Amino acid sequence: MQQGGNRQTEKLMLERSVPGRVGVVLPDLDVPAQPLPNNALLRDDLALPELSEPELVQYFTGLSLKNFSIDTHFYPLGSCTMKYNPKINDEVAFSPGFASIHPMQPAEHSQGALELLHKLQGFLGEITGLPAVSLATLAGAHGELGGMLMIRAHHLANGDTTRTKVAIPDSAHGTNPASAAMAGFDVVELASDEQGNVDLNALRAVSGPDLAGVMITLPSTLGLFDTHIVEVCNIVHEAGGLVYGDGANMNALLGRVKLGDLGFDVAHLNLHKTFSTPHGGGGPGAGPVCCTNQLAPYLAAPIVSQNGDSYEFSTPAKSIGKLSGFHGNFGVLVRAYTYIRTLGDAGIKSISGNAVLSANYMMNALRGVYHLPFDRTCMHEAVFSADFQKERGSSGLEIAKRLLDYGFHAPTMYFPLIVHEALMIEPTESETKETIDAFIQALIDIDQEVTDDKDLVNNAPHTTPVARLDEAKAARQPDLRWQPEAAD
Amino acid sequence: MTATRPNTPIANEGHFQSHYIPSTVDEQSEMLSALGIDNIDQLFADIPVEFRNPHLDLPAPLSELEIQQELGRMASKNRAMGSGPSFLGAGSYNHFIPSIIKSLITRGEFITAYTPYQAEASQGTLQVIYEFQTLICNLYGMEVANAGMYDGATSLAEAALMACRVTKREKVALADSISPAYIDVIRTYCQSQDIAVEIVDPSNPALGEETACLVLQYPNYFGYIEDLEALVDATHVQGALAVVSCDPTAMGMLQTPGHYGADIVTGDGQPLGIPVSYGGPYVGLFATKQEYIRQMPSRLSGRTIDKNGKTGYVLTLQTREQHIRRERATSNICTNEALYALASTIYMAAMGKQGMKQVAELCYHKSHYAAAQIASLPGYSLPIDKPFFQEFVVQCPSSPTDINKKLIDLNILGGLDVSEKIPDGMLLCVTEMNSKDDIDALVAALSELK
Amino acid sequence: MSPDDRKYTEEHEWVMIDGSDDGTAIAGITEYAQDQLGDIVFFELPKIGDSVAHLGKMGEVESVKAVSDLFSPINGTVTEINEKLLDHPELVNEDPFGEGWIIKVAMADVTELDSLMSSQDYDTFIAGL
Repeated sequence: MQQGGNRQTEKLMLERSVPGRVGVVLPDLDVPAQPLPNNALLRDDLALPELSEPELVQYFTGLSLKNFSIDTHFYPLGSCTMKYNPKINDEVAFSPGFASIHPMQPAEHSQGALELLHKLQGFLGEITGLPAVSLATLAGAHGELGGMLMIRAHHLANGDTTRTKVAIPDSAHGTNPASAAMAGFDVVELASDEQGNVDLNALRAVSGPDLAGVMITLPSTLGLFDTHIVEVCNIVHEAGGLVYGDGANMNALLGRVKLGDLGFDVAHLNLHKTFSTPHGGGGPGAGPVCCTNQLAPYLAAPIVSQNGDSYEFSTPAKSIGKLSGFHGNFGVLVRAYTYIRTLGDAGIKSISGNAVLSANYMMNALRGVYHLPFDRTCMHEAVFSADFQKERGSSGLEIAKRLLDYGFHAPTMYFPLIVHEALMIEPTESETKETIDAFIQALIDIDQEVTDDKDLVNNAPHTTPVARLDEAKAARQPDLRWQPEAAD
Repeated sequence: MTATRPNTPIANEGHFQSHYIPSTVDEQSEMLSALGIDNIDQLFADIPVEFRNPHLDLPAPLSELEIQQELGRMASKNRAMGSGPSFLGAGSYNHFIPSIIKSLITRGEFITAYTPYQAEASQGTLQVIYEFQTLICNLYGMEVANAGMYDGATSLAEAALMACRVTKREKVALADSISPAYIDVIRTYCQSQDIAVEIVDPSNPALGEETACLVLQYPNYFGYIEDLEALVDATHVQGALAVVSCDPTAMGMLQTPGHYGADIVTGDGQPLGIPVSYGGPYVGLFATKQEYIRQMPSRLSGRTIDKNGKTGYVLTLQTREQHIRRERATSNICTNEALYALASTIYMAAMGKQGMKQVAELCYHKSHYAAAQIASLPGYSLPIDKPFFQEFVVQCPSSPTDINKKLIDLNILGGLDVSEKIPDGMLLCVTEMNSKDDIDALVAALSELK
Repeated sequence: MSPDDRKYTEEHEWVMIDGSDDGTAIAGITEYAQDQLGDIVFFELPKIGDSVAHLGKMGEVESVKAVSDLFSPINGTVTEINEKLLDHPELVNEDPFGEGWIIKVAMADVTELDSLMSSQDYDTFIAGL
């Protein structure tokens, strides 16, 4: 029985297509028809769906209902900062004066856009204490690549060709070593100590004339503020290297400390994390790069400069070049600007304060129920291990899947890699105490289920649109597009 | 400001109650007391005291009412494409955007969802990506497509890097007729990987055995269609890969790069239902041959079954990506442009088989009409004699920049000044958004300007 | 109990003389290894004619969520690879000591096998992990 008629979503668009249906009506040609090119230049067939507008709205709406999202579920993914995405940000970004302006139109007719970008540069520079800013990079990893290319350019400009290594903590997000490798560096892994800080001896051992720099996430991916961070920066600087900051966890530090003050030389921010721009199912994001005045000449082009009363794009004197087709993800930048203007000086600190308070409150309530590999004050996220539950037969993955049945999106699993059965939980400042209390209770209840009814946990989820999926089959026999009469 | 804002820290003993942050002073006290501490600052004790709580020189918070006014003020200083006839393209295109796109992509379930790593909680996003992959393959005539990348420029750069990995060669040849911005981005990506970048004339590319790929744009940056068949063959003869950056709107009409044997096809999805928005966000398109699949960057959504035999979708071949392979990954890309992949999927479906063709034809006929009208004006000519799609170069009687200044006074946005490449050249773009009246207004204005 | 008709390395490979030819060894990974890897989805194998070295990387094995290097247990030249693994990598999960063999190698020095672990030594080794 085809429940819901055409509103069920199982059939793909090309399967439900009916020849002759149209999804848009276009105007007639209002100029005389022109001679077409040689037929050999034209295509014969175009396999796109033929569906009416109501069907499309029903289909995509139906698909959306199969998603968990911040608007529908508590989404405590550690290091993702799944905070509320304000609707005013979307409204502003979609207004014609921002959405319908061409990137190459004359500066005189884009002064509002340029003013916004210039001011945003200023805000981000002020927040990080790294005053020179480029907004051109389109995601966090993209910003990392930019920052690492800047470090490379800096050393080469000094005639220093021996600095081929970048040291990265073993807890780092995978994009860090991937970006360092793309920037031409060899990656050296740095151990963490028992406190979850960078092991200073390990750092000293690699801090020689071949060290270009380090990439540090602060707070770390364990959700901990490295108490030796100033010493880390000093050691690297004394060896002639530079310190790159992965700003993914900035939500904990807003208004509490400036990266520039601690000794960072260059850092990226994730506007789609800290600055509330929506994740969109995997982007768009924006990963602006902020740096010291010393590194400013190397920033990716373009940056926005002020010239008297007006604004314009310019290319830094020794820029690493363009990393994107135009000027950055403007629609995302507009949202971040709007958000910062809404919170303002007074609100910025309340973000970090509430984010860190909620995380510690949650960590404290679950201590003893779940193993805490690093039992110290956390920042905006807490990393647990499901080791206690694993001993009784349920892994971190199974607990995460069971949370879906409780109506919560699972926390980040198996990351950072250095924690066994890791569950990384970040509540953010935009969740109510009631939600956090319900989540705490859910985790306590699941722990009890591991004892009383392990199979229920281990076969979870039971209530989602699909159950556990065969990922091995998907990788062994990749089926990546629909084709008519497609074989298995 | 004259009145004291009720929500400012001074009025409220240091507490600012944002409408985005639910916790009240009382709720904070409850949580603090569960932790056995008195105030939030104590949670930041790990920060060295000399650097803690720096002064932040940021403006005071604005209410939403004031945000609408202030951001409205800034927006009003920008000329929107629809405010008058606009003929600027050059990589960002003014095409019709069906209303259902914005309505669907702003649904909270799509726009506030995360990357679909938890497949059971993300079937909507994953099925959309699978549809996107399918339609892009069909559009470009290729075997496999990824979930999208950042934009057309970075997709092309990543394609060049991929060609180097596949062929194990260290030089890329770029046709001089591709976008200067794309060339710039490719150079930036190649500089640190010891990959040599060579610029070649597409009428005589002269590739060597150390070349990993020939990079082409189709139609090219100036709007013209090159002999793709011959160029792809010349590339293959040298054992190199043919990498083609292809405008998706043109695919409503023109033969596909896949038909000509292209190995990697990239593009910018902005023309597919995404506003010009001052350069971003857009979405990078990327498709290739099945045999190269493990070298392809970015995410892939694969179809599979769940343990009950029900069809479902899951991110697959993740071992190519940074979160598993780290420094040996095909690319560092993590967040891409998923929401805009969704937008372009809806566009391609709404336009459908017939609409894509109609849009392409409207662009074709209107641009050719405009070109013919302008070419008939004294002082103006068409210096390039090749087939074109929606963009073409006009040689002007004087500096295109000066002409544009006069045009904008008439609220007409002229084409891009390309006189660096073609003397007094202006790159004009005409799409389905330009009515005959628009075009005639442009022609009339140009006839007055010499 | 690991099969006692072959030798083992600390990287969890097994190797034995190929019954039909004294100078050729046949090698694969152990039951322990396939269990640790989980569902195997792909092998990147050396080509026929490639040289391999004792405990040198010769390829990669991918499961859904991980990539691991594949090491050769002995020195020599690759004479054959198990083509079935290209379409059915799961054979290694199902029968790591039989159908799931990975390569055949013309050995540089047949006596190399003597210095590898016996099945008892290997079982002791994995019990201690």
